[in-house]
Amino acid sequence: MEKRVTFNGWLLPFCLIFPQILISAVFFFYPAGQAVWQSLFIPDPFGLSTQFVGLENFEYLLSDKFYRASFATTALFSTLVTVVSMVPALFLAVLADRLIKGASTYRTLLIWPYAVAPAIAGVLWLFMFNTRVGVVSWYLGQLGYDWNHVLNETEAMGLVVVSSAWGRISYNFLFFFAALQAVPRSVIEAAAIDGARFWRRFFTIVLPLLSPTTFFLLVVNIVYAFFETFGVIHTITAGGPQQATTILVYKVFKDGFVGQDLGSSAAQSVILLVVVGTLTVLQFKFVEKKVHY
Amino acid sequence: MSGVSNVKPLKGDPAPGMVEKKGSSLWLTHVLMLIGIFFVFFPIWLAFVASTVTQEAIVTPPMPLMPGDHFFENYKRALFSGVNIPVTTMLINSLIMALGIAFGKIVISLLSAFAIVYFRFPGKSLFFWIIFITLMLPVEVRIVPTYEVVAGFGMLNSYSGLIFPLIASATATFLFRQFFMTIPDELAEAARVDGARPMRFFIDIVVPMSRTNIAALFVILFIYGWNQYLWPLLITTEPDMNTIVMGIKQMFPSGDDTADWPVIMATSILAMIPPVIVVVSMQKLFISGLVDSEK
Amino acid sequence: MAQVHLENVKKRFGSTQVIHGVSVDIEDGEFIVIVGPSGCGKSTLLRMVGGLESVSEGEVRINNVRVNEKEPMDRDIAMVFQNYALYPHMSVRQNMAYSLKIAKLSKDEIEVKVAEAARMLQLEDYLDRKPKELSGGQRQRVAMGRAIVRKPSVFLFDEPLSNLDAKLRVQMRLEIKELQAKLGITSLYVTHDQVEAMTMADRMIVMNAGFAEQVGTPLDVYEQPQTLFAAQFIGSPSMNILTAQLNGGHATLTNGAVLPVDSALDVAVRVGIRPEHLITDPDGPLHFTVSLAEPLGANTLLHGKLQGSDDAFTANLPGIHRFDAGTETLRFSIDPDNIHLFDAQGGNRLN
Repeated sequence: MEKRVTFNGWLLPFCLIFPQILISAVFFFYPAGQAVWQSLFIPDPFGLSTQFVGLENFEYLLSDKFYRASFATTALFSTLVTVVSMVPALFLAVLADRLIKGASTYRTLLIWPYAVAPAIAGVLWLFMFNTRVGVVSWYLGQLGYDWNHVLNETEAMGLVVVSSAWGRISYNFLFFFAALQAVPRSVIEAAAIDGARFWRRFFTIVLPLLSPTTFFLLVVNIVYAFFETFGVIHTITAGGPQQATTILVYKVFKDGFVGQDLGSSAAQSVILLVVVGTLTVLQFKFVEKKVHY
Repeated sequence: MSGVSNVKPLKGDPAPGMVEKKGSSLWLTHVLMLIGIFFVFFPIWLAFVASTVTQEAIVTPPMPLMPGDHFFENYKRALFSGVNIPVTTMLINSLIMALGIAFGKIVISLLSAFAIVYFRFPGKSLFFWIIFITLMLPVEVRIVPTYEVVAGFGMLNSYSGLIFPLIASATATFLFRQFFMTIPDELAEAARVDGARPMRFFIDIVVPMSRTNIAALFVILFIYGWNQYLWPLLITTEPDMNTIVMGIKQMFPSGDDTADWPVIMATSILAMIPPVIVVVSMQKLFISGLVDSEK
Repeated sequence: MAQVHLENVKKRFGSTQVIHGVSVDIEDGEFIVIVGPSGCGKSTLLRMVGGLESVSEGEVRINNVRVNEKEPMDRDIAMVFQNYALYPHMSVRQNMAYSLKIAKLSKDEIEVKVAEAARMLQLEDYLDRKPKELSGGQRQRVAMGRAIVRKPSVFLFDEPLSNLDAKLRVQMRLEIKELQAKLGITSLYVTHDQVEAMTMADRMIVMNAGFAEQVGTPLDVYEQPQTLFAAQFIGSPSMNILTAQLNGGHATLTNGAVLPVDSALDVAVRVGIRPEHLITDPDGPLHFTVSLAEPLGANTLLHGKLQGSDDAFTANLPGIHRFDAGTETLRFSIDPDNIHLFDAQGGNRLN
């Protein structure tokens, strides 16, 4: 798409675009290039020199059982976060859509968690499930269930999933609600005249019409679970117990900053780059397709 | 773009016909909705309660579920002494970072989107792709080398170090590009006939027409900046540069000491107040902006 | 006030040529309408005069000064756009004042000029409204106001009435014409509506596929269309075209009918007959079968076919007539002066 009106000259547009290009170059492309470069080297233990090792860092990573476990953890984690954040959101959106009065009040209340940072969400949920003072864990104890996410891997995973999904419910709700409101009323009425009852209509008419939104949210939530949940993991479990909640992004951080293993960390970055690139392409393919609807 | 984005509120719709629920089913909907909201709200409520009671009330479970009377005391302690550093300092840091990111991003992406849409110049498509690709490079992915770059510039523990690496994302540029594309060509032509040169057209016509988008983007970017965690965690090693979102984690004691829960929870509440105010007060703008921009 | 000269103006977009050399000399104060079907290049031609499109070849002169290389703002022109192109965030007053502000006129001068234009266009009560608070006709007036505040040498109108409903269009077309006459500013007006062209133009340029088919007064074009295209485009309902052979003062149609003509040529031709020039005549040479009658009150349009021919044929008779569709036949004759003859190959006028 091109504008019919274009101004001429090159100096002015170059000046206009320069700040963004400069910042992109310094803080995006150079570091990304560095990551690729560093992934081909191993520094000696004192950090005085580095040795070119080709793809050895990658070979090592892919054979490393901790890294492979982290991949599996990430897959499980992001699947769960996506499901746990989307299903209740859709349910609430359907409820809100049925209401003529009060829907906007509910919406105002429901968007709060979106504004809460993942790290803060982590602190809130940690507080509720804290093994010593947590309200929820105390009541669970009264019911005879001994909650301890510090030691129990499943409970740790459950807690980080719920904490991560919590704020996303708001986000997904907004999109589902907007999409539901955009479903033409006449289509629903036609289905009603055809004799379809509410749930029948929902599954045969509304849900298919929501599929573009659903797919979009699917991709966006996976990206979120991959990259933006660092704060949750860091505040609640710090990747533990026994790396049970060490997702890929957390591992890059841990190996790079805590472990100072720059070669491996860089190789992990490169792998993540490929993952996020694929997801982005997927997202844009989809957006492009959507434009023709 | 399509579908989701052209949402019009259905107010003033004709009277609900056969498709609408009535009677008991309507009540059920309200009840289910309230249950949903209860679950979504409970963590925030609990944090608020914890910020109004004493440490003793919390460490002897079960803690109360209704607010106590230590509100002022706890918040005063949090704001003016905190654990490592007064929360006021962290709030100011967060505010500067969030505003810096929001303004910075809006300004540079307005400029670059204007250049991309309204000019024909050599290398235009190359620049376009350079910006496009940055979409794929979240800070988490290039975290170590970016840290090294910032350290190399001596920008650790500085506002510029907090802000600059986060302001060049392509999303804002794309949003503005999309919007500029919808400005009728005739408007630019009319401005040309009226004697406006490119920058004059930009300032007098394009920017004022983008007001809504700018405002919506401001909300989104403010929250993005405010909620940053990993980046400030890495580059602010001095407590007086901490932002509130990452500073909370630093308030937990290492080892077996008991955390100062009332102060930590008061800080959590303080940390969410600014973004919540922004989101709730600019709800309409923000929702339309969100639903449009994320597409 | 200015003369405008187009000299063999051409326009190419890449390798496609869209304007094939248009020349016209426009007098000071003249109202010129450029008319043609969509895609004929009429807007492109106008935009070249305005400086919104570059001129590929030829020369545009305003007041005998070559302006090919000048920016729109330096040509002393004003333009009214099809969608009005009002700045949505500015009030009516600000919209009209914008060009004056850029030209760095003093506040007082701007105030006076805007007030004057507003008075002329009856916009005084709306000066502080935003464009979206105005009706279509009012927006149209604001667009006009924005053009006239500057007292330009040339007005350019790009289909300014096509977004209005039919009634408003008739009213606005009178207003524009009156205003132009009062201000005496040379104007170029693009439209695809031949009625607008007929009623507003001092002279019109009939354009087709990048060529100026004819330049002349509305009645010239109506009475003496120079090409087959101009003949068919101007006039409503449009001219009937029949194939015929000329020989010694007669034209023999393909169905055998013979019409007397004012021409001694001896060639294959296309004969043009305006529907309103047909005369009902029991002895007339044209046998016509009515398939559909459209009674309009003042006149009646008859659609049907000539005997022995498959081409659609239309007649326009004054007054009210009642016909049985499909069965009724009529006979028409025609005054030789009202018969238009065109070259069967090139479509140029022969008589």
